[in-house]
Amino acid sequence: MLEQQLLNGVMLGSTYALIAIGYTLIFGVLHLVHLAHGEVFMVGAFAGLAAVKFTGGDIFTALVVGTAASALVGALVELLAIRPIRRRKGHMLAPMISTIGVGIVLQEVVARTFGAEQVGFPHRMEPVSWHVGSVTVTSLQLLILGVSIVLMVALHLFVTRTKLGMAMRATAEDAGIAHTLGIRSERIVLLTFVIASGLGGAAGVLVGLAFNAISPFMGIDMGIKGLVAMLLGGLGNIYGAMAGGLIIGLAEVLSVAYLASSYRDAFAFVIMIAVLLLRPRGIFGSTHYVEA
Amino acid sequence: MLDQYTQSVLIFMGINVILALSLYLPISAGLLSLGQGGFMSIGAYTSAYLTLNLAWPFALALAAGSLAAGIVGLLVGFPALRIKGVYLIILTMGFGEIVRVFFLNFEPTGAASGLGGIPGHTTLPLLSVIAVAVLTDFWQLRRSRIGRAIAAVREDELAAEITGISLTRVKVTVFAIGGALAGLGGGLYAHYASFIDPAQFGFQRSAEIFVMVLLGGMGNFFGATLGAFTVTLLPELLRFLQDWRMTFFGTLLVVMMIVRPWGIVGARR
Amino acid sequence: MLLEIRDLSRSFGGYQAVSAVSTSVQQGSIHAIIGPNGAGKTTLFNVVSGVLPPTSGSVWLDGEKLTGLRPDRIARMGLVRTFQGVRLFGAMTVLENVQTGRHIRTSSDLAAMFLRPPGRESKQEAAIRERAMALLDMVGLARQRAVLASELALADQRRLEIARALATEPRLLLLDEPVAGMNPVEVNEAAQLIRRIRDSGITVLLTEHHMSLVMKISDQITVLNYGRKIAEGTARQVREDPLVLEAYLGADEAEAH
Repeated sequence: MLEQQLLNGVMLGSTYALIAIGYTLIFGVLHLVHLAHGEVFMVGAFAGLAAVKFTGGDIFTALVVGTAASALVGALVELLAIRPIRRRKGHMLAPMISTIGVGIVLQEVVARTFGAEQVGFPHRMEPVSWHVGSVTVTSLQLLILGVSIVLMVALHLFVTRTKLGMAMRATAEDAGIAHTLGIRSERIVLLTFVIASGLGGAAGVLVGLAFNAISPFMGIDMGIKGLVAMLLGGLGNIYGAMAGGLIIGLAEVLSVAYLASSYRDAFAFVIMIAVLLLRPRGIFGSTHYVEA
Repeated sequence: MLDQYTQSVLIFMGINVILALSLYLPISAGLLSLGQGGFMSIGAYTSAYLTLNLAWPFALALAAGSLAAGIVGLLVGFPALRIKGVYLIILTMGFGEIVRVFFLNFEPTGAASGLGGIPGHTTLPLLSVIAVAVLTDFWQLRRSRIGRAIAAVREDELAAEITGISLTRVKVTVFAIGGALAGLGGGLYAHYASFIDPAQFGFQRSAEIFVMVLLGGMGNFFGATLGAFTVTLLPELLRFLQDWRMTFFGTLLVVMMIVRPWGIVGARR
Repeated sequence: MLLEIRDLSRSFGGYQAVSAVSTSVQQGSIHAIIGPNGAGKTTLFNVVSGVLPPTSGSVWLDGEKLTGLRPDRIARMGLVRTFQGVRLFGAMTVLENVQTGRHIRTSSDLAAMFLRPPGRESKQEAAIRERAMALLDMVGLARQRAVLASELALADQRRLEIARALATEPRLLLLDEPVAGMNPVEVNEAAQLIRRIRDSGITVLLTEHHMSLVMKISDQITVLNYGRKIAEGTARQVREDPLVLEAYLGADEAEAH
């Protein structure tokens, strides 16, 4: 029984982790909390759904299209709603407020286009289940876990082994110094948005498949949880975000199993309040940004 | 006598003024709160429950709703002392969500189905009196000891403290009164709209209230009032906006941040 | 003895900014703390005024312990400071800045505000205004009372900060480099103002680099170097102290007057 819950928790947690990583990447380069990230995740889910409906494709079609669509939206957000603001050098919270506006717009546009009700992926995409000991695993769960792990590993390799990835980290450390080293931070910022949003879109498709419930409002819920995961792990820390996501996923699943299901959503909030009050910098973060 | 439609617009305008001012207060101390929707719903549900189920007189129920919201504001104010900027915004957003999820599950007030049949006690004359009273208070605030203390905290917290102003007192006070005002707005809203459910007080509501204050330039309370007028009237004047109201406000937020982060009335004063 | 600093230390990580400094400030005097750059003067000020906690040691104001208290509590007890990089309420007027200084000596008008008819100034407000205007007169800023604090020239800003501090009716006024960046005429005016403040019964503790000012107006001088007290005494005593000269050797201030 416990093993089953743990497996479910890890699966759920890995999707939260993907979203949290997106938040963290963007916070790392821009010191910006991208409050529309949840909506970008939601767009990915819808794009994947639309792709499958129109082309009759399979899960991988959905994943590819969802990721690509979100990456594109992410790029547009950066170019249209963030870059012009940062150029002006106004109040430091201005970009974040802008992302609030973006989130609202994305949500409304999708709701008008696809309708406000929940929809799901076509039935032919239902998963196969296997039973291993006392644990039930579905092919879908394996897929989600697998894709998440692959993406996280790929990201890790990217930021540690490739020139571009290291440039991203350098820009996150200190944009000024990175600039003198010849790194064009504008391009890096755009790339960061693209990658972060793409990851969010992938998570959107995976979550859409897992719960078979896609709605224009799913971004709010997941967005907050991803945000809390980032807070928990420490702002700007990719591995912290992964850990945070897993912790929240496990906490939620275990609380449903051993407490009541209505407390599920409350858990993320409880963790958020606890982090903000007791240790705002999170598990792995630095006090640099907290300045209270 | 004004026709039904004009009355309706004026009533929403009055309520929005109160809501905008409720957010303006913490903002004028430098505290950015995106959770006014939560306070509003506490006031709405509390007062509606009291008039519907316990047959309380309207004035008392309104006061109770406002007080309840104010007390919660007090509680939220304390954690707000220790965090700033981004973290505070996230905390208040989280607060708004917590309240929404709470009422979504709270059976005595209808949970997700909401609360209906609320008596229509909010009339234009009554609302006008209340709105004018609130506006007068904010006018008084400008040349008062507490008003200066709030402005000092916003301008320079360290200098304010060194001058003897207690940051704790000021911040907790603005959160409490801001919450109470939003609760008042919520109660007035509930007794006009006659039906309330948690969805009406979610993040979109908090964002809308924020847009009001933002539009007016966060420098003085006239601006917030002007912002409230604008946000209420714009969808009425521009018919095609009706359906796309939130999209419009979202875009407005983005555009304002690009063009003029601190609103149309301009900077301080 | 109005202020007593007992064995005060403050370190930042491995760096010892202030090291076991002890001294006392006599009531009604002008006491200066001097030392080369990095001697720990600002840190000492920050600890005394409650901006930073000490690593060890304590500070006492007229027998009451200050260390560990928040700055607003300390202000209520009668210790107020100014800042080297002037900290005013920029978007408020000159008059409003000083009126804000009256905060701790007046009572809350929160309730009264709701009940008072608009347009009429309450008795307390009128008293605050009067007091603030008197202080502005004292520092010579009365004519600029409606100017925004951020728009003042530096010397005027420093005077405003002092006026605001005086509005709190302090027993001890801490001035953090009050004449930095001023020309000789302004320095002279500042010296006269500081003397007038002392003469009105307020004790002054200041830190400065401007040697001639310090030597001219101080009753007592404490010299710090590398976080430690190396000398203390009257202007003449300190001037002739070999340790002090050695500390300043090489620094611009070594051309001590």
